[in-house]
Amino acid sequence: MMQLLRRLFVVALIAAAPCIAHAEQTQVIHIRAHMFAYSPDEIVVKKGVPVTLELMSIDRVHGFNLPDFHVRTTIEPWVSTTITFTPDKVGRFTFACDHFCGDGHDDMSGVLIVVE
Amino acid sequence: MNNGIDRRDFLKLTGLGGVVFASALAGWPNLAGAAAGEFHFVQLSDTHWGFGDAKINPDSAGTLKKAVAAVNALDQQPDFVVFTGDLTHTTDDPKVRRTRLDEFRDIASGLKVKTVRFLPGEHDAALDQGEAYQQFFGQTHYTFDHKGVHFIALDNVSDPQAMVGDSQIAWLKADLKQIKPETPIVVLTHRPLFDLYPQWDWATRDGAAVIDALQPFPNVTVFYGHIHQEHHQMTGNIAHHAAKGLMFPLPAAGSVPKKAPIAWDPAAPYKGLGFRDIDADVGKPSFKLDELPVVKA
Repeated sequence: MMQLLRRLFVVALIAAAPCIAHAEQTQVIHIRAHMFAYSPDEIVVKKGVPVTLELMSIDRVHGFNLPDFHVRTTIEPWVSTTITFTPDKVGRFTFACDHFCGDGHDDMSGVLIVVE
Repeated sequence: MNNGIDRRDFLKLTGLGGVVFASALAGWPNLAGAAAGEFHFVQLSDTHWGFGDAKINPDSAGTLKKAVAAVNALDQQPDFVVFTGDLTHTTDDPKVRRTRLDEFRDIASGLKVKTVRFLPGEHDAALDQGEAYQQFFGQTHYTFDHKGVHFIALDNVSDPQAMVGDSQIAWLKADLKQIKPETPIVVLTHRPLFDLYPQWDWATRDGAAVIDALQPFPNVTVFYGHIHQEHHQMTGNIAHHAAKGLMFPLPAAGSVPKKAPIAWDPAAPYKGLGFRDIDADVGKPSFKLDELPVVKA
C-alpha cells in the first residue's frame, strides 16, 4: 500500500511539473519603439520570473533605459534586440528613451509594473 | 576634502529668498595678488527658442527678450554671461534649426555684456552631432581662465547617447594636468554629470568618468541646465548646481508619474522661470548664487 502511495505521489509530481515549469518560464515581451512612444508603454510582469524584452524600432534609433534594473540598450531600426533580466522587486518602474530622437524625445517613456 | 556644505545644507539654503551660498569652498586658496578677485557672471539656460505651445508659455517669443532685458538692467553688469544649452528647441529640419540658432544669436546679441559664452544642449546639437551649432557658435567644448578661476565647458549632448566620449575625456584629463591642484575649477555643461534621475533621462551616460577625473581637485563647482529647475547636489567634494530654464519649468524628479512641462499659471506669469547671478568672492572664498526672475513681481 505504501509503495502504491509513493508511486502515486511520484506520478502527481510529474503531472504537476509542467505547471511549475510554466510558472517559471521566461516572460517574453515584444516592444516596438517609434517617434515618440513605446508600444506597449505599460508592461506587467511577475517578480522573480525572468523577463525577455524583444525591442525593435520602426523608424529611427531610440534608446531603452530601465535604470531600476540596470537594463538599457540602443534600439536600431528594424533590428531585433533582446535583453533578459529577472525583476527582484515589485512596484512601478519608469523606462525611457535615452538616445535623443527628436521633438518628442522627452515624452518617450513607459512603465514596467512588477507584481507578486 | 570637504568643502564644508552638504546636500541637506543646500536644501535648507534654497529657502532663503532665492539666495544661496552654494560653495563655501574651504581650502580655496587666497588668490589675492594674482589675477584673482571678486567678480560675477550670469548663467542663463534652456531658452528653447522656437518652442511654440501657448498653453505652456504664451510668451514664448518674448521670454528670452525679457531675460536679456533683465540682465541688462542689473545694477552691476556681469563680467560675462554663459548660456548652458538648449538655446533652441529641436527640429528635424536643418534649415529651421539654423533659422532658430540665428534668431537666438540675434536676440542674445542684445546683451550689454559683450563676453558671452555658449554651450549646446541636446535640442541644439544631438540630431546633427553639433554641425549647425558649430557653424554659429564654434567649439562645443573649450576652456578659459578668468581672474584665477579655470572654466571648462563640456559637451555632453552632441552625441545623442548623452555621452562626453573618450576623446573629450582624454582632452579634459590633458587640460587638468596643466593646472595646479588648488586652482578653483568651474565646469559648465548642459546635462547633469551625475545620475540625477536617469528614469527621466537626467544623466550623462559616462558622467562618472568626468567626475572621477575632477575628483582629485579640491575646488570644483559645476553649473548646468537641462532639468529646468534649481537643484543642488554634492558628489564627493564637487558641487553641482542646476539652473532654472527660460521657456518652461519641469517638475521635481520623480514627483509625477510622467515628466511633462508645467503649464503656464496666468495668476503667476513666468513662475518657475529665471536666471542666475553667480558672485565669486575669491578672497573668502565663496560662490554666492542669486536666483533672479524674468520679470520682477
